[in-house]
Amino acid sequence: MADEAFSLPRIPIGDGVDAAVSFLRTELSGFFNAVQTVFGASVEAMEWVLMLPPPLVFAAIAGLIGWRLRSWQFGAFAFVAFSVVDSMNLWDETISTLSLILIATVLAVIISLPVGVLAARNDTVSTLVRPLLDFMQTLPVLVYLIPAVLLLGIGTPGGLAATLIFALPPGVRLTELGIRTVDKEVVEAAEAFGSSRNRTLMRVQMPLALPAIMQGINQIIMLALSMVVVAGFIGAGGLGNEVVRSISRVEVGTGFEAGLAVVILAIFLDRLTSVVGQPERNKSKQDA
Amino acid sequence: MTMIRGEHLYKVFGPQARKAVDLFEQGWTRDEVKEQTGALGAVIDADIDVAEGELFVVMGLSGSGKSTLVRMINRLHDPTSGTVEIDGVNVTELDGKELRDLRAGKVSMVFQRFALFPHMTILDNAAWGLETQQVDKDERYEKARKALSTVGLDGWEANYASELSGGMQQRVGLARALATEADILLMDEPFSALDPLIKRDMQSLLIELQSELRKSIIFITHDLNEAMRLGDRIAVMKDGRIEQTGEPDEILSNPATEYVAEFVRDVDRSRVLTAANAVQDPLVTLSPDTQPRAAMVQMRDHEAPELFVTESDRTLVGAVRDDDVAEAAKRGDRTIRDVLHHDYGQTGEDTPLGHTLLDAARYTLPLAVVDEQGRLVGVIPRVTLLSALANRDVLAEDGDPDANGSGPPDAAELAAQAANDGQPVASDGQAHSRGETTTGETPAEEGAHHG
Ligand SMILES: Nc1ncnc2c1ncn2[C@@H]1O[C@H](COP(=O)(O)OP(=O)(O)O)[C@@H](O)[C@H]1O
Ligand SMILES: [Mg+2]
Repeated sequence: MADEAFSLPRIPIGDGVDAAVSFLRTELSGFFNAVQTVFGASVEAMEWVLMLPPPLVFAAIAGLIGWRLRSWQFGAFAFVAFSVVDSMNLWDETISTLSLILIATVLAVIISLPVGVLAARNDTVSTLVRPLLDFMQTLPVLVYLIPAVLLLGIGTPGGLAATLIFALPPGVRLTELGIRTVDKEVVEAAEAFGSSRNRTLMRVQMPLALPAIMQGINQIIMLALSMVVVAGFIGAGGLGNEVVRSISRVEVGTGFEAGLAVVILAIFLDRLTSVVGQPERNKSKQDA
Repeated sequence: MTMIRGEHLYKVFGPQARKAVDLFEQGWTRDEVKEQTGALGAVIDADIDVAEGELFVVMGLSGSGKSTLVRMINRLHDPTSGTVEIDGVNVTELDGKELRDLRAGKVSMVFQRFALFPHMTILDNAAWGLETQQVDKDERYEKARKALSTVGLDGWEANYASELSGGMQQRVGLARALATEADILLMDEPFSALDPLIKRDMQSLLIELQSELRKSIIFITHDLNEAMRLGDRIAVMKDGRIEQTGEPDEILSNPATEYVAEFVRDVDRSRVLTAANAVQDPLVTLSPDTQPRAAMVQMRDHEAPELFVTESDRTLVGAVRDDDVAEAAKRGDRTIRDVLHHDYGQTGEDTPLGHTLLDAARYTLPLAVVDEQGRLVGVIPRVTLLSALANRDVLAEDGDPDANGSGPPDAAELAAQAANDGQPVASDGQAHSRGETTTGETPAEEGAHHG
């Protein structure tokens, strides 16, 4: 045991966080209520849309998309996989999870694109943002689950917020990386012909960074999916709930089925997003 | 009339840039300033003026500040000190919008590594300078098409840059610069990345275009031959400073500094005849897997008693004679691999020809020019070799044949022989070389002297 005299005084970081959270809860309750409403409503709206087609029609559409964007084999897989989900009686849960993930992804992209662009343009922003992203990714998930619940309540909004925090970083990172690694001479050429910064960004840098950005979106989706179960702990619904319930009742079979549905979603979304944004220029014409 | 004028231009990279300029003005050298401030003087007190319609070459070794200098003209780099005037307008004082207008309308640029937009079609690439000016689509494309046609790229509009060869990509780069109808072209080593043959084509294209368009051009190169071929005037740069500006002849005959003189000694020699500037397309080549009969047909069709043989990647593997091929056919050989021979001269693309001339002229085949990987780039016909051999200047500049190790041991002897019988050196001269004679005064003495 260290001598009292030599031990550092305790710095009350935890107390500070407590104070900050309760401050946010009281002073910014309007804001958080609004966020809560918007989060909840947007996931619900997405759910409503995705529930419109009957399961088999949905599976067929998924198959069609898979076929058009990738291959007929993948299309067939998608159709079969979603049919299996329905036959496991997990349709509603799967759609609810899918909705949460899609909304989380959309929000993550909306936030991470501009931040990534700013970080790519400005070294100061970059150095400020980087540790923040590290923090968001490495802080144990359960730790920010609690403030998320305190601020946004139990259920979908809290789950969405936690998912968002966890899934956001690769979007920012890969956007920055993508833009920074665009050939300098090409950017210089754009500017040498009088292009404004915005035009250069939209017409040259973003299109050329697209593969990296798509990779970022792909990672966002994967990370969001990995949060499904965690979100289930705070009652965000969907497959997460199913898993949590089966764990608590030690129902191995049900738990496995829910897990399988998550995997199916993961494979489908991963394969789909990893093709988009790849350069599709194979129609080569030989030199004259 | 002066189109571009740069006065006392400085560009210093690194800390204490202003202070560095002060030190330079007090006469400090680049190294001293670097030592003192840690700042790098990329361009130091450069003055240039380019007249309307002039092709002004900036020449210097890598790192001498050429790119930095030219980028101060359109302010891709802001000068640390000094002024740039274009057509009477002080560019250094332009604000963002004015500067963009200048770049879109008045000054355009061609880049060493082409810097095309890989995600856009060739047409959109060429139209870029007009797109930034928000010219409407029809007009934009019409002008871009015209520019592409000017550089010989009709029919490639819908392709992407990756589908084009290097030479064609740089034609797109040129078209992009021409499409805006800018009066001024800044060309930063535009042909340095190209093969010698293509490079020569592009130089010819530029000369042809320039005779029509009369743009004011700043053309950067580290290639002495290119500078001499293209430049109305040449500025020689060294370590950030312009050592001398003048017409090619002036630079050759009156080098202002020891450094320029050194440069010029090189140019004088290689200018006369290097592999790169005398090379021609090989008439036709055979694959080593050709059947002897097919080879015979080829040789008859081209009236060629001998042909070079290359792999499909153009690696030179040898040559064949018609007699041997006929033999092989008679024997029933499957391919011509067994009758390859190596009785011909071979040289690298950048080797000054002096060294290999005599050796090469002994053979009936033209001199083969190969790149670093041993691929056949082209040939230099015997006619060229022999007439060069007859030109005493060439051998006067020939230097020491041992210098690059490829000089034949009997070079002087051969030259003397050529001098004596006044006939081509090779014993079995081909039809096209028979008429050629070396002139009375032969290079024998010089050859012997140097050898
Ligand atoms: N953006 C930059 N930052 C720092 N140093 C530079 C920069 N651009 C060029 N330099 C330096 O300036 C010197 C001149 O470069 P450059 O103008 O590119 O020469 P050149 O085109 O003749 O090869 C070189 O030493 C180079 O390293
Ligand atoms: Mg350069």
